[in-house]
Amino acid sequence: MEQITNLLAITLGAVLANNFIFSQFLGICPFLGVSKKVDTAVGMGVAVTFVMGLASAITWLVNVLLVKLGLEYMQTVAFILVIASLVQFIEMFLQKAMPTLYTALGVYLPLITTNCAVLGVALLNIQNNYNFIESVVYGITGGLGFLLAIVLFASIRERLVFAEYPKAFEGFPIALITAGLMALAFMGFSGLKIW
Amino acid sequence: MNIAYAVILLGVLGALFGLVLAVASKIFEVKKDPREEAILGHLAGANCGGCGYPGCAGCAAAILAGDAPVSACAPAGPENAAAIAEIMGMAAPTGERQVAFVRCNGGTNAKKRFEYVGVKDCISATKVAAGPLECEFGCLGFGSCVAACQFGAMSIGPNGAAVVDPEKCTACMACAKACPRHLITSVPASKKVHVLCANQEKGKAAMSVCSNSCIGCGLCQKECKKDAIHVVNGVAVIDYDKCVGCKLCTKVCPRDAISPVATAEEKEKYKAIKKAQAEKTKAAAEAAAKAAAEAPKA
Repeated sequence: MEQITNLLAITLGAVLANNFIFSQFLGICPFLGVSKKVDTAVGMGVAVTFVMGLASAITWLVNVLLVKLGLEYMQTVAFILVIASLVQFIEMFLQKAMPTLYTALGVYLPLITTNCAVLGVALLNIQNNYNFIESVVYGITGGLGFLLAIVLFASIRERLVFAEYPKAFEGFPIALITAGLMALAFMGFSGLKIW
Repeated sequence: MNIAYAVILLGVLGALFGLVLAVASKIFEVKKDPREEAILGHLAGANCGGCGYPGCAGCAAAILAGDAPVSACAPAGPENAAAIAEIMGMAAPTGERQVAFVRCNGGTNAKKRFEYVGVKDCISATKVAAGPLECEFGCLGFGSCVAACQFGAMSIGPNGAAVVDPEKCTACMACAKACPRHLITSVPASKKVHVLCANQEKGKAAMSVCSNSCIGCGLCQKECKKDAIHVVNGVAVIDYDKCVGCKLCTKVCPRDAISPVATAEEKEKYKAIKKAQAEKTKAAAEAAAKAAAEAPKA
């Protein structure tokens, strides 16, 4: 029972209170880049969730190996290696299995490699001393938090097209302001931390 | 010893992942059309986006899908377009080089309603009481097109109207977008005969505003042997598909509104030739009539 409560706490924390984008400011590049349409935003969110879950699992195992050999200082290098190969693999898989999603994600798919949310989740798992299950749950729910944030943001941006605002704010400026306001709103969830 | 472990561990991990990726690339291999790669080789490779597609690879895919013409990549030039056409199994495009042309020779010939002393810009000038010229179609000569041209091909000519240097022009038509009077069109580079006026008024209304205006009299249309020049909306327009460049229209134009403008001497000469021809045909017709009248008697 305690295990389940713990996992629920991790989930709520990853999705809302410690949302990767809005309170940890990780993974901002795809967040701004692939949020023009809800469809592609959902695709990107799902891809990131998948990569984060898988990366959490594999990096946790790799970390066991590193600890055993007393090589903790190699964490970052080893994790980047894992993540890069993982993204390559997923790119190949998507190109074969889901070509439409592959073309929709375009250049942002290889960019997941350098998505700091993925490396961030791997390093945070170690920092928080999570066990294997906790790590995987944290990875997946962190990805879900990313998905939630990018889908909300994309739906706002779709509506922004019809909004009236000064010409100087067209494009990225208004997107950044929107992202800032959303981050402020998500700050409201920080009260959940006591849970 | 620690360093050895680190090197070995990362080496093993790298080799392992490499192996997995190598196997995966075989399993998940997607068959690509080899023509796409071949087309990509004939594009400029600058990823300039001038074709409207995201990068050269996007352009190659569009050409392969038939969404873009084989000549979509302008910087690659006609040789590469021909090569791509061959890859696609199509005939090479025969599109002629186009150049911009200013349809006005008014300048100082055009009458002015008032002296404009504002900002030296054509759009600004048109905002003041619809421009300083009597002619509401003419070139204002403040050089908005000259400023718009990135290639130094536009200049204000000796008589105050803009002219294009066909050698330098790349037909990007930035000048056409800058011209508030919409005077600049693209014409085939090989054609030399052009109408130098865009005034759609007829007769006196056109004649009173400029000494070079087309009055829509239609003399050129009658003179053309190839049916290549017509008066449309009160102004002569050349059909470049039919025009052979004989310049007969330039010689009959009473307003000198067709370039290359014929000199008075040339015009007199042509008039004399035409007169002689007319007399000859008249004489021949009379002779024929005479013969016909005499024939029944014989």
